[in-house]
Amino acid sequence: MKGPVIKGIQLDLISEDMLDNMTSMEKVRLILDEVRNGKILVLEKGLTPSEQTKLIELTMTEIAQDDFAGIEIESYPVKQSDTFFNKLLGKTSLKTRLTVIGPAAQLKTIKKDRDLISALVSP
Amino acid sequence: MGIIKRLGMNFSWLKKIFKKKTARIGIYGPPNAGKTTLANRIIRDWTGDAMGSVSHIPHETRRARRREDVTIKSNGSSVMLDIIDTPGLATKIDFHDFMQFGLSEDESKRRAKEATEGVIEAVKWLDELDGVILVMDATEDPYTQVNVTVIGNMEARKLPLLIAANKIDLPNSSPARIHSAFPQHPLVPISALEGQNIDLLYKEIADHFG
Repeated sequence: MKGPVIKGIQLDLISEDMLDNMTSMEKVRLILDEVRNGKILVLEKGLTPSEQTKLIELTMTEIAQDDFAGIEIESYPVKQSDTFFNKLLGKTSLKTRLTVIGPAAQLKTIKKDRDLISALVSP
Repeated sequence: MGIIKRLGMNFSWLKKIFKKKTARIGIYGPPNAGKTTLANRIIRDWTGDAMGSVSHIPHETRRARRREDVTIKSNGSSVMLDIIDTPGLATKIDFHDFMQFGLSEDESKRRAKEATEGVIEAVKWLDELDGVILVMDATEDPYTQVNVTVIGNMEARKLPLLIAANKIDLPNSSPARIHSAFPQHPLVPISALEGQNIDLLYKEIADHFG
């Protein structure tokens, strides 16, 4: 006997390790393919600023009237990682943070601040 | 001919040394933040001309516009800028949103298509800039993805960024909320529409992009 069929929206949580093993283009492609299939993605590490602009750019090329209106993406501002060695070398590296991405038609941000993202997912 | 060409190259090399550098500054922000209103005010104040048309319908600016050699003077210092007014950045563009403003379906679809191209153009311009004036609507939540992305890009490139907290003429504006969100960057509360604090903005532009 089969159990009840669960209907809903698929939520994929992608680990930092998986993201570290992907190139920028692979990440952007994966995100767009999955979001176009109606999935919501949570990236543990987030995207670098240049990956964010790549994603915006590619999203714009894929927007199709009556089919795909774009993405909702929410991430926290990047943090500057000022380690002792970075300071010594005069470097600042940017630390990306958790990011939520989904289809614009289904994911809506209610509230966002420095350390909280509150979103509504609709079927 | 070859010698002249070579000489020409030498002249351009010399020109680069002696010519006063013009900083290329992009005006960025989400749709309807007041980018073109600000660009118009700057251009009008310093050249007597205008940059582009403004509208309450989002994505009115769908092509980047560039105005070269705009000299801004403030407190005895002056800075020469190329100013690029960019289309509003967005991660979604739904033609139905334009229909709510009374545009026909065909017109809305055309505007949406042009808006997507405008966003791509604005993103491409980021690679060509020496600095950014990020226009934020001070009545809105500052933690939008557009703001986070523009600020992140400028920080990664170590390029100067000035935040113009616009629409302070509106009663529910809160430049303080923007400052607490991005305290690491200079901020000037302004009304591009009414000209409030615009001299202060020119001073900051001269200080940061000079």
